[in-house]
Amino acid sequence: MSSFLATPLHAAIAIIYGLLILATVIALLLRRFSPGEVATELWKRTTSWWWMIGVFTFAILTSPVVSTVFLGLISFLALKEYLSLVPTRRADRSVLLWAYLAIPPQFYFAHTENFGFFMVWIPVWMFLFLPARITLGGVTEGYLRAVGILSWGLMMTVFALSHTAMLLAFGTARGYGAGPLLFLVALTQFNDVAQFTWGKLFGRHKIVPTVSPKKTWEGFLGGFFSTVMAAAFAGPFLSPMDMRWSALSGAIIAIAGFLGDITLSATKRDLGVKDASNLIPGHGGILDRVDSLIYAAPVFFHFINYFFGGHPAP
Amino acid sequence: MTGFLRCAFFLLIVRPLLTLMLGAHVRRRDLLPATGPAIIVANHNSHLDTLTILSMFRLGDLPRLRPVAAADYFLRSRLGAWFALNIIGIIPIVRGGRGGANVLGPCEEALDRGDILILFPEGSRGEPEVLADFKRGVAHLARARPEVPVHPLFLYGLGKALPKDSFLLVPFNCDIVAGEAFRWTGEVDGFMALLQARMAGLATQIHRSPWE
Repeated sequence: MSSFLATPLHAAIAIIYGLLILATVIALLLRRFSPGEVATELWKRTTSWWWMIGVFTFAILTSPVVSTVFLGLISFLALKEYLSLVPTRRADRSVLLWAYLAIPPQFYFAHTENFGFFMVWIPVWMFLFLPARITLGGVTEGYLRAVGILSWGLMMTVFALSHTAMLLAFGTARGYGAGPLLFLVALTQFNDVAQFTWGKLFGRHKIVPTVSPKKTWEGFLGGFFSTVMAAAFAGPFLSPMDMRWSALSGAIIAIAGFLGDITLSATKRDLGVKDASNLIPGHGGILDRVDSLIYAAPVFFHFINYFFGGHPAP
Repeated sequence: MTGFLRCAFFLLIVRPLLTLMLGAHVRRRDLLPATGPAIIVANHNSHLDTLTILSMFRLGDLPRLRPVAAADYFLRSRLGAWFALNIIGIIPIVRGGRGGANVLGPCEEALDRGDILILFPEGSRGEPEVLADFKRGVAHLARARPEVPVHPLFLYGLGKALPKDSFLLVPFNCDIVAGEAFRWTGEVDGFMALLQARMAGLATQIHRSPWE
């Protein structure tokens, strides 16, 4: 047991499971003593959390290859969900296949820490190639709309999310393994839950009611400070950052996560859906779960890479 | 032996592929027939329709599931015919119904054995994701076996993943919604109208983003 908890990564995962067990006990008690819609919803969400955390921790504990393939699969499911929701033209069917095929190289570049190709593969090569391929299809009606919809989808679901794999490679190369990745993902999800909880308890003043009526300043600030505290505590164990840098990155994750959340809310509102799909009971689709990560992953990666990229292994 | 091949084909190839590429989400799964005899009536947009419906049931149910398909299309080549008859398990029927022998005879026999028939009354796969008028064969079958429940099933997204005239499978999430079963109503026109109305009702339960 002591050897299992020897690394900070394992200890952090143990803490996450501790929190999960706590949440499960609360959900069980609520179901027992105050059954109803809220209790059922909380129970569904908690059960789904067990699955998500189970699969995620298994993936990051196995090997960098398995973790990267897993993260690529998340990206694929997110892109599929996006392309299934948005309006597409029949003429662009084979173009969509090309968009899917952009995923494996992107994650390969991340896995091999090929920073140059990783940065240009989607926003330069794909953004030039796909519109050209759409042009060759010969249909000009709705052309700009099709290009815009496809490019923004690739940006969010492939380019932005692939920064999780880049962060894994970053940590692995510097002796922190999946530590920085776990730091990012756990804090982003923690911020979501904290924001939701603070908002439920004290939320009064809405931030952008036309996009997301449930987002309040009280919820955002409550989540922000909770995340900064959690980050300051966890960062020094999981990453090259000290307590102050960790707190700062917690602040960055909270703000970026919020922006990712409402950006996807705006997308869904425009399309007229509440959830992106029904893949995860109580949560909606993959996109609903990784929305915050879409902004938090690139912003946090470039932050840590800029200030700690040259940091030697401990 | 073919039964084993059929199971292996669905377990090892069809199900993993469909899960990854389509990830079908089924609403009201509880309304699917638990036992035969029963008739499942679905809209038809793609070759994936049959595979998807067969994958919604337990592997053990496979021998009882019989898609009804056009003999002239699926029995064209020897290999194709072997695959359609043994692996997909179709009941071939002759389209057009030139008088004489009862075209639906094999379907009625299958129902008498307690099988679950899968029917696509739109006939061919047609224009993807557009509900065409239903052929009346299903009504004649329901009249011949009035005690057998008819289960409407609406599929969405498969025609976008693999439409007619294409061999290129492009991943798309697909939605399936099962409807309440009903029985023979006493006359053909009323039965067809009810079936069309039920299918149209199921279609409204799904968020669709049709091709532009």
